[in-house]
Amino acid sequence: MINLTIDGKAVCVPEGTTILEAARRANITIPTLCFLKEINEVGDCRMCIVEVEGRKGFATSCIQKVEEGMVVRTNTKEVVEAKRMILDLILSNHQRDCLTCTRNGTCELQKLAMQFNVTQIEYQGAVKIKPIDDLSPSIVRDPNKCILCRRCTAVCKNVQKIGAIDVLERGYESCIGTVNNKSLAEVNCTFCGQCIEACPVGALKEKEMIEDVIEKLHDKDMHVFVQTAPAVRVALGEEFGMPIGTNVTGKMVSALKRIGFEKVFDTNTGADFTIMEEANEFVQRFTKNETLPMITSCSPGWVKYIEMNYPELLGHLSSCKSPHEMFGAILKSYYAEKEGIDPEKIYVVSIMPCIAKKFERQREELKNNGYYNVDAVLTTRELARMIQQYHIDFVDLEESTFDSPMGEATGAAAIFGTTGGVMEAALRTAYETITKEELKNVNFEDVRGEKGIKKATIDIQGNKVKVVVAHGLGNAQKVLEEIKSGNADYQFVEIMACPGGCVMGGGQPIKDAKTRATVDVRALRAGALYSIDEKSKIRKSHENPILKKIYKDYLGEPGGHKAHELLHTHYQKREKYQL
Amino acid sequence: MLVLLFGANKGYIYVRAEYPIAVKRFEVAINQAKEYGILGKNIWNTGFEFELEIRLGAGAFVCGEETALLESIEGRRGQPRVKPPYPANSGLWGKPTLINNVETFANVTKIILNGAQWYASIGTEKSKGTKVFALGGDVINVGLVEVPMGTTLREIVFDIGGGIPEGKEFKVAQTGGPSGGCIPKQYLDTPIDYESLASIGSMMGSGGLIVMDERKCMVNLAKFYLGFTVDESCGKCTPCRIGTKRMLELLERITKGQGKNGDIEKLEKLANMIKKASICGLGQTAPNPILSTIKYFREEYEAHIIKKECPAGECKALTKITINPELCKGCGICKKNCPVGAISGEPKKTHKIDSNICIKCGVCVSKCPFKAISK
Repeated sequence: MINLTIDGKAVCVPEGTTILEAARRANITIPTLCFLKEINEVGDCRMCIVEVEGRKGFATSCIQKVEEGMVVRTNTKEVVEAKRMILDLILSNHQRDCLTCTRNGTCELQKLAMQFNVTQIEYQGAVKIKPIDDLSPSIVRDPNKCILCRRCTAVCKNVQKIGAIDVLERGYESCIGTVNNKSLAEVNCTFCGQCIEACPVGALKEKEMIEDVIEKLHDKDMHVFVQTAPAVRVALGEEFGMPIGTNVTGKMVSALKRIGFEKVFDTNTGADFTIMEEANEFVQRFTKNETLPMITSCSPGWVKYIEMNYPELLGHLSSCKSPHEMFGAILKSYYAEKEGIDPEKIYVVSIMPCIAKKFERQREELKNNGYYNVDAVLTTRELARMIQQYHIDFVDLEESTFDSPMGEATGAAAIFGTTGGVMEAALRTAYETITKEELKNVNFEDVRGEKGIKKATIDIQGNKVKVVVAHGLGNAQKVLEEIKSGNADYQFVEIMACPGGCVMGGGQPIKDAKTRATVDVRALRAGALYSIDEKSKIRKSHENPILKKIYKDYLGEPGGHKAHELLHTHYQKREKYQL
Repeated sequence: MLVLLFGANKGYIYVRAEYPIAVKRFEVAINQAKEYGILGKNIWNTGFEFELEIRLGAGAFVCGEETALLESIEGRRGQPRVKPPYPANSGLWGKPTLINNVETFANVTKIILNGAQWYASIGTEKSKGTKVFALGGDVINVGLVEVPMGTTLREIVFDIGGGIPEGKEFKVAQTGGPSGGCIPKQYLDTPIDYESLASIGSMMGSGGLIVMDERKCMVNLAKFYLGFTVDESCGKCTPCRIGTKRMLELLERITKGQGKNGDIEKLEKLANMIKKASICGLGQTAPNPILSTIKYFREEYEAHIIKKECPAGECKALTKITINPELCKGCGICKKNCPVGAISGEPKKTHKIDSNICIKCGVCVSKCPFKAISK
C-alpha cells in the first residue's frame, strides 16, 4: 500500500493507483475531460492537472501513479487558475450553442464551465466552421462542437478495433475525421455508436427520427405501432434521474400510450421468434454439421462489421433477422391480416438501445412485399426526449402492460439485451428441441458476465456443444480470426457489437466519465434484465403461447417456407470504403 | 537524432527525410560498420549482436521531443507521451530506452578516446565540454561554431562572428531555436552554459544562435517564432493546441495596431500557464520568445499598444513614411522608384506620400539621396 496526502488528507491506496483514483477515495473529485477509464487514459485535455510537491510543472493525475510520501494539491490558486484558463481555451474554440444542443444538461464541458464559474471567454479568437456530417442513417458528427478529447477515436480504434475516425491535421488545425474526410456513411464505420457514448459534448449524436414519428402519429390514416427492445426498459429511467438498472417497463408502456401510439408491443416477442428460428437453424446445422460454428445475427453493427471485414465468413452467420425486424414482419403480415389493416397503412416504430438499427431498418433485403419491416427507429435517448416533449411526468407515471396479443414474451427474450443472453435463450430452446426433455436448470452462468470472450461446453444428450460469446468488435475480431484459421472447435457463437451487449448500446443513456469509472453500469442494467427473466413465468421462447399460436395458424414450422420468407434474410460483401 | 537501446541489440537512428545527405551518409556508415564487423551479428567475435536501423521522420518539429520521436518510430502520430514514466524506464515499445541527440553521442566517442578528465577540463563548473552553435542572422560570419561551455555571447558574436554588418548595433541574440528566449545586449558578457541561459529566460535548446540588430522589432520577433510553434504543435494537449494560437492572435493584433490595454498581462498570464501545463517541451517552451521579449522590451510592446508605433519600424501597419520638407529637394527619384505610385510632387518642389496608397516597402527611404525620407 502507498501512503500519500492529497489536499492535506492522508490517503492509503494500493500501488499502481492513479492520483485521480486516490483522490476519489478521499472524496476529492479532480475534474477530467478526456479521461475515460480503461479507454482513454492519455492526459491530453490537462483538466486533471495537480501540483505534486517537489515536481516541476503540473502532474497529470488521470495517468500518473501515486508514490510513497507524495504530497498532492488539487485546488491551489495556481492549479485552479490554470484549469479555468484551459476551459476558457476549449470554450473559445467550441460552438457554444448550448441551448439548442442535444447534450444540454448532460454535457461534461458545460458542467465544468459551471463548476469553474467561467462566465465569459477571455481568450477569444478564430473559430473555423467545419461541415457537419449527417449523411449516415445513424450518426451525426458535428466537428464544431468537438473538443478533441479523443475519447471517440480511442473507443473506435482500441476497443472496437475499427478506426473509422482518427485525428487528422495537427496543432490548431487538428480535427477528428475519416479517411479522405468522407462521411461516416462511406467508410468502415459499423454504426455501433460507442463513439456517441464516449463523447463528453454534443459532437456526436444519433440521427434523430423524432419529427418523422410525430408526423406519422398525427396522420389519421396511419396505424402507428411501437415496439421496445429489452435493453430500453432497464435504462430509460436513468434519463429521468432514476437509478441505473431500474426496470421501468410499466411506466414506459404508459408513456408510449400517452404519446399516442395505437399499439404498444414488446420486441421481446420478436426475440422469442428469433430464438425459435435461430435455435431451429442451429439444430439443423449442428445435426448436419453444416458451416459451423453458426454465429448470431441480431446485432446490426456486428452484421455490418462482418460484411465489411470478413465477407468470406458470411456463411457462418445465422440467416435470422433481428428481433425487431422479425416482429415488424409479423405485424405487417399476420397481424395486419388478422386485424384487417392494409400493411401500407402500418407504420412500425422501434425503440432501440442501438443506432445501428437505424441503418439496419433501411436494408432493402429485409423488405417483405415491398414494405420495410420497420419504418422508424428511435433510441432510448430519443424516446426520453419525446416523453419530455409530451409533458409526461415519467417518474410518477402509472404502470401499464403491453398490448396483447402481441405483447407477451418470455424471460429468455428479456436477456437478449445483454451479452450472453441470446446464447442462453437459444440454448434453452435448442436443448429441449434436441432432447425433447425438459431443461431443469435454465441458467447458463458460464455465458454471463463481463468477460470479453466467454467459452462454455454444454452437454446435450451426450453431444458436447461448445459455445463462444463475444462482445465488443475487438473481441469479435479475435473469434473471427480463430474461425478463419480453422482453429475454432466450437459450434455456436454469439456476437454483439457493443461491449456489454445492447444494455451498453450506442443509443442508451450516456453516462459521464466519472459514473463510468465508479459504477458498473453494464452489470446494473444487465442485472435488471436477469431479474426480469428470473421473475418470468415462462423462461423458454418455445413455450410462449403467442408464438405457438402464430406458428400453428400462420407460419407453420420454424424454418419452414413462410417463416423463412418473413423471418430470414441474407448478407453480402460490403465495401469498407466507397470511393 | 540518434536512439540507442543500451545493453540491447537494436538501435535506431531517427532522421528527418528532408535531410537526404544525412540519411545517405548514415547508410554508408552503417554499411561500412557492418563490413568492419562492428555492427551486426557476433561483433568482434564477442557473440554480441547490435543492429542499427534508420527511421525517417516525416518532418514534424515535435518529433525532436523524445517521446514523440518514440511514438513516430513505433509508427504512430508524432505526439509526446506524458512523463513520467521516462524513456529510461519505459521507452520504445515500452522497453527501457536510451535516447540522445547526435551531438551527445558524438561527444561520447571523444570521451571514450580521451577520457572523462579531459572532457571535464573543458567548460564551466556545471556545464562541461563544448557546444556547437548554428550562428546566423545579422552577423558577419555565419555557420556552425564549436566553443567551450562558458564562452560569452560577446565572444561568439563579435570575435567569432565578426560583429554586426553595416555598422548596425547588436540588439538581441535568440538562442535555443524557436522556443528559446532572446538575450539583450546587457547580457553579452554572460557565459553561455545551461544554467546561465536558463537564468536569463533562454535555453541551449537546439543550439541555434540568431543575432539580430537594432532594426528588429521585438513584438514581431515573438510573433515570428510563435507562428512556427503554432504550425508545429502536434495538437495533443489543450494549452499548446489552442493556447499558442491565441497568443499568436494577440501578437498579430498588437503588431497591426489593434492591441488593447491589458494585452501584455493577458499574454503573460496565458504564457505562464502554457509553460506549466503543456505535456511536452514544445508547449512548455513555446512562450519563451514572448516572455523574454516582454521581460526585456516591455516598452516596445507598450509603444505598439498605446502609441500605435513600432519603434524598430518593422511592423508595416504601424509605420508611417514621411518626407521631411526641409531636406527634400524635389529631385523625383523617390517618385520614380515608388512601386505603387504613392508619391506625388512637381520637380524641384517638396514631394508628398499618400499614406493610403503607400505599402511601406521603404524603397523611397533607401533611394533618397538627401536622406529626406524616414520611417
